[in-house]
Amino acid sequence: MDPKVNYLLRLGDNALVLSQQLCRLCGKGPALEEDMALSNVALDLLGQTRLWYEYAAELEGAGRDEDRLAYHRDAHDFKNCLLLEQPNGNYADTMMRQFYFDTWHYFLIAGLTHSSDARIAAIAEKSLKEVTYHLRRSGDLVVRMGDGTAISHAKTQAAADALWMYSGEVFTYDAVDHAMVDAGIAPPADELRTQWLAHVAEIFADATLAMPPKDAWMQSGGKQGRHTEHLGYILAEMQFLQRAYPNAQW
Amino acid sequence: MSVPKPFPSPANPESVILAHAGIHGPLDGTFSLDPRVREDDGAAGDSVDEALVISWLAEIPDPEIPAISIIDLGIVRAVRVADDGACHITITPTYSGCPAMQVIGAAITDALHAHSVMDVVLHTQLTPAWTTDWMTDTGKEKLRNYGIAPPAEQAQVIDISRLRGGAAAVGTAVTAAAAVSRRGMHAVPKPAIACPHCGSTHTEVTSQFGSTPCKALYKCLDCREPFDYFKCH
Repeated sequence: MDPKVNYLLRLGDNALVLSQQLCRLCGKGPALEEDMALSNVALDLLGQTRLWYEYAAELEGAGRDEDRLAYHRDAHDFKNCLLLEQPNGNYADTMMRQFYFDTWHYFLIAGLTHSSDARIAAIAEKSLKEVTYHLRRSGDLVVRMGDGTAISHAKTQAAADALWMYSGEVFTYDAVDHAMVDAGIAPPADELRTQWLAHVAEIFADATLAMPPKDAWMQSGGKQGRHTEHLGYILAEMQFLQRAYPNAQW
Repeated sequence: MSVPKPFPSPANPESVILAHAGIHGPLDGTFSLDPRVREDDGAAGDSVDEALVISWLAEIPDPEIPAISIIDLGIVRAVRVADDGACHITITPTYSGCPAMQVIGAAITDALHAHSVMDVVLHTQLTPAWTTDWMTDTGKEKLRNYGIAPPAEQAQVIDISRLRGGAAAVGTAVTAAAAVSRRGMHAVPKPAIACPHCGSTHTEVTSQFGSTPCKALYKCLDCREPFDYFKCH
């Protein structure tokens, strides 16, 4: 597969899988405002997914459209990072997953606005304000829960520790990522990781949370299609209609 | 699933650019045509010109905020009537996932069909990204009368130049890190959002995310009414 198509699918798959996870919480948020925020973020991510898939499908030129990419691929064809497919869990789990992702996503999108690929830069420019809102909200909630009651602090710290080993995959570059960096399409890993660590450290300090060790062992494999068992269940629900009635149209 | 055509080629030089950064005049109803386009149209003897098309578009309400038109909202980027009579309309989404874009596209096509312009080509343009600065003053006034507080400040520009060595951003620029830093945020004085019901600026945010992606939820601490605020973006 062409590296750029592969890279675009990774961007789209990250956004789609997280969007689908957040959609499952629609109507179940802990407060009305949170419920609306979850759905708003899910909608932004779904819109971004479509922009990435649309471009990937055009470059690929194999007759697949955005729906086909979303509904007609199996788990091993999905290239999202493992972090995004981790379960919603309790609200600290949901928000810590969001915060780890949002921090990386924000600095990545900011970097992509200078991409040598004009179309990628345009999509990034369109998405930047959205992901800024996402990160402001998830950072704020991490502080409120971490620096809240003894119970909320304990749950938030537990979520931070449990998800930490999934936070490094986005900085583990393979041949596809390096090809993008070499072509000036994507920002380098070390630049993003420095920004990510600095922002997480600032928020964790405000949240009275202990930051797990920077050199901890990190999970990987999602980008290459090796997923945790959770993705299968997510896709089974998301793809049900197209699996039961292939090529059904609204 | 994709009503608007994906990513057109760069704007045609003959396009009448409506809403480019810094060019706000055309949106306020004092629209004047590019002379070249006018001459071409005159030569073709075509009675449909861009100004007429725009007047039709100004009648189309935003599907989610019907008090304002899609012209008021600033999402119609360019209108061009080609020599063969085809009408090319370029629109830009407010948000990536805005579900109204397909409805807006269909409404534009329907409106032009109703005026016997059958050949309508819709283009979607992502850059420069739409901002609330492109909303017309008339649109902001209509919003306020409708009970939605209009955007109160200039949209914030995130300066990403330090990240990738690009050109420096202009306007009220902040660095990428500062834009999401809680300490940085608290250092910046926030503009007063006036209650659309009683005018008081004694208001506070209830939720950054409201009933649609473009709105936040506020409440007035004087008249106690909740209200939507159209986010600066």
